[in-house]
Amino acid sequence: MTQNKDQLLIAGKLYQSRLLVGTGKYKDFEQTRLAIDASGAEIITVAIRRTNIGQNEGEPSLLDFVPPSRFTYLPNTAGCYSVDDAVRTLRLARELLDGHKLVKLEVLGDPKTLYPNVIETLKAAEVLIKEGFDVMVYTSDDPIVARELENIGCCAIMPLASLIGSGMGILNPWNLQIIIEHAKVPVLVDAGVGTASDAAIAMELGCEGVLMNTAIASAHDPIMMASAMKKAIEAGREAFLAGRMAKKLYSASPSSPTQGMIS
Amino acid sequence: MQLRINGNIKSFDDSTMTVEGLVIKLNLLGKRIAIEKNGMIISKSEFQNITLQDGDQLEIVGAVGGG
Repeated sequence: MTQNKDQLLIAGKLYQSRLLVGTGKYKDFEQTRLAIDASGAEIITVAIRRTNIGQNEGEPSLLDFVPPSRFTYLPNTAGCYSVDDAVRTLRLARELLDGHKLVKLEVLGDPKTLYPNVIETLKAAEVLIKEGFDVMVYTSDDPIVARELENIGCCAIMPLASLIGSGMGILNPWNLQIIIEHAKVPVLVDAGVGTASDAAIAMELGCEGVLMNTAIASAHDPIMMASAMKKAIEAGREAFLAGRMAKKLYSASPSSPTQGMIS
Repeated sequence: MQLRINGNIKSFDDSTMTVEGLVIKLNLLGKRIAIEKNGMIISKSEFQNITLQDGDQLEIVGAVGGG
């Protein structure tokens, strides 16, 4: 086994876990915390939203349950449909998180499918990188767009496996393979994973990691699913590193010896 | 003075108030927030120096669960 030192490198920082998780859609903060602990994730996404004004002082906050001192926060631009909204959101996130630079950029193009608007995404990435952000970018599985985003300077390319929240799994492994083959920065599948085998397949394709939220949060037992995902990511990664056998229609070489058969 | 905070008009008796003063009034002191005044981000170190004016538009944001 040679995988002990296998770590994920993003924007100059090493991570043990290749599973990145969102913090949305959970029943409560306690369930969020337990699921994230079970997932083993070190990088967790958060959204930036208006604070409740005039609420009670003691109201619990996500930050109390998953403190930024323990996790690498990945503020996202979920719900942004324009360059301006996305850039504005992440500037606020940087202020909020004391100069934190690592961000997840997503610029959506359609409220029904949540499909990314890659044209706006490219423009926003350019602005953010000029301002010193380390941009992990959500995009379609178009290899040319992925290449352009890398050329602009994104520190990780995160193509969808299928649409956000759909749980449809990996619909186009071939495109993902092309993206992975050409990229010099980490490629992570973001969105569409539904269950553990989807995550394992992404890792077997050679993805450096997987980002997911709904697959865990919307499972009947989110904490158990988080644990399943952790194992699937590790298994998929090891299988990728181990190098799978070649596929063939049939084999004339059985696994048991042909010598010494009783007669 | 009247301020538009997160899209809602709020009235205050004070005629002058700093951003820090507002943060205290809203029970947000010590909370992890970021504030934008009329489209410009105000850094935390400036909260006590920046004075608010009638009609200012403020966005006060925090981190919430999201994917």
